[in-house]
Amino acid sequence: MKLIQILDENGKYKADDLADIKEQEIRKMYRLMILTRLWNDKAMSLQRQGRLGTLASVRGQEASNVGMALALQAGDWFVPAFREYGSLFTLGISMKNQYRYWGGDERGNYIPEDKRVLPTCITVGAHLCHAAGMAVAAKTRGEKSMILSSSGDGSTSQGDFHESLNLAGLWKLPVVFVIQNNHWAISVPVEKQTATKTLAEKAAAYAIDGLRVDGNDVFAVYKTVKERADIARNEFKPALIELVTYRMGDHTTADDATRYRKPDLLKTWEKRDPIERVKKYLMKELDWSEEKDKELVEECTKEVEQAVKEYENSDMPEPETMFDYMYNEMPWHLKEQLEEVKELTQAGGKK
Amino acid sequence: MTVKTKTKSSESDSSKRMLLYREALNEALKEEMKRDSTVFLMGEGIAERGGSYKVTVDLLKEFGPERVIDTPIAEASFVGAGVGAAITGMRPVVEILFIDFTLLTLDQVINQAAKYNFMTGGIGKVPLVLRTQGGVGNGLAAQHSQSLEAIFYHIPGLRVVMPSSPYDAKGLLKTAIRADDPVVFIEHKLLYMNEGHVPQDDYTIDFGKADIKRTGSDVTLVAWSNMVPKSLAAAEKLAQQGIDVEVVDPRTLNPLDKKTILDSVRKTEHVVIVQEAIRRGGIASDIASIIQQQAFDYLDAPIEIVAGINTPIPFNLNLEKLSVPQVNDIIEAVKRVL
Repeated sequence: MKLIQILDENGKYKADDLADIKEQEIRKMYRLMILTRLWNDKAMSLQRQGRLGTLASVRGQEASNVGMALALQAGDWFVPAFREYGSLFTLGISMKNQYRYWGGDERGNYIPEDKRVLPTCITVGAHLCHAAGMAVAAKTRGEKSMILSSSGDGSTSQGDFHESLNLAGLWKLPVVFVIQNNHWAISVPVEKQTATKTLAEKAAAYAIDGLRVDGNDVFAVYKTVKERADIARNEFKPALIELVTYRMGDHTTADDATRYRKPDLLKTWEKRDPIERVKKYLMKELDWSEEKDKELVEECTKEVEQAVKEYENSDMPEPETMFDYMYNEMPWHLKEQLEEVKELTQAGGKK
Repeated sequence: MTVKTKTKSSESDSSKRMLLYREALNEALKEEMKRDSTVFLMGEGIAERGGSYKVTVDLLKEFGPERVIDTPIAEASFVGAGVGAAITGMRPVVEILFIDFTLLTLDQVINQAAKYNFMTGGIGKVPLVLRTQGGVGNGLAAQHSQSLEAIFYHIPGLRVVMPSSPYDAKGLLKTAIRADDPVVFIEHKLLYMNEGHVPQDDYTIDFGKADIKRTGSDVTLVAWSNMVPKSLAAAEKLAQQGIDVEVVDPRTLNPLDKKTILDSVRKTEHVVIVQEAIRRGGIASDIASIIQQQAFDYLDAPIEIVAGINTPIPFNLNLEKLSVPQVNDIIEAVKRVL
């Protein structure tokens, strides 16, 4: 299957394919990718210092993250897994709240009501079923919107993946399933995940289109997802898009990839870095310079530092709040335990 | 006979409109679908076929294929799709043919639907109804006969509803559909053909309100689903022997109407809990623990639990009968506590 690419690792690009991406959008993509990397690197550092919980590094997948989210229109829904910080930032989810979430605070996962974004889904593949159902709802209501889900290569082995694609094909749902193929499901390489050569070809089984894109090429990601989102929204034709990228870090901070991954693999993919190639393009075509680049990095670093400050200054959740969002009306068995908790916290306060 | 006046007149008065349990459910669905355009149905064979137990019969004709959707045989995904649709403001009623197959959907029900409100700080609601049916039938064997309500009862975030009469079935299903919480609505395969009074009007029954199906002063029987008619039958026989039995049907297990149960126990001072599910780890044990903790001083005898034996349901009809509580088992238990 053909790999869709617009911008290669050397900064060479296909001018025709790039024609309808505006300069302003390119600058935005670059900025968001830098922000994502800085947020991620800072998160890793905070985790190592014991100032953040377990984290799934997104380093290397910034183009996939940012490109797909930018392709959405107002009214569309984004349904993420757990390695999509860049997508979330692109869609206006705060960096502070993502720190808060990965710092072990439920409230970091609360999505503002005006955002059509589902919260992080840790259970692999479960959210693909939600995406299908959300698309049923959108179609039933006659909305002009579509649902974009994102999951990893490992999720394509789940029944939920196959069942959801089956529903999408069968019911002609306005949904696009993006797979960020970062080549690793924790320690299991994609070759041990499936006998198919690509993940995109699995779409054939459900009579939907499968496309394979260079996931480190933000232009190709953006353009392909945007085209398919438009088709899904307007023609009720779902698609499966495999973004071929690479997880440059460990699975999470609780993992050590040197135990199962050869270092030369990383070298190959370092050359394909998603940010470097856009920088090359900017230098060549948009009057970019090292100085401007430094300024941008400094500006983004400040934003990240600010988010860290806000995260670390945020209050702890009160024990009583555990009971707040259980049922529309609190049953007696929770009220009784709430009272017990209140007594405990008051007793603790006295000491 | 004094016995007759003990049973609620609304359930037995023949001058009133009578419906089968399955017809009452059908009417609830129809009324709610008319009332609210966000209500829609998904399930295996619910459209043209009208469902295995005819609960959704004729709804396709009235509401069309966009609102009465036949699904592929893929329980996890269509329950998950129900969760997704519910998150975005729909009120899906998803049917799982047998409660035994809800086991294929537990990730969606327990890890997703039940936790969504909590994990999103109340921003995300899942007003999903999972309709299913359980219990023994007439020889449907180990994988089509289970009573699995305890699994859902155990999970924070779910509502568990188990109606025993046509009247309750209609009123509770309407409440379930209007509820903002995910509801596991468990019917019983032997109740579908039971007849009872069902008003034509738009009534609902609040969750957490038990119904005293029969008043009595000597002993309290707590029973739900198909154990209610069996307990009522036992009560009739015991009445002939001069034993006056009160039958309390919680109707919803989560929330559980603790007050009605405790009030009854404090009055009769004797209690037998009847569940069709196997004895071990069941809801009866939990109810017993609530009673002993909060009404211990009132009890004149240890609490009796009549429940299924701790094995899969056997295929053979005689063994099936032996494996779940029968009227005589209930009578014996009542005599033991008195």
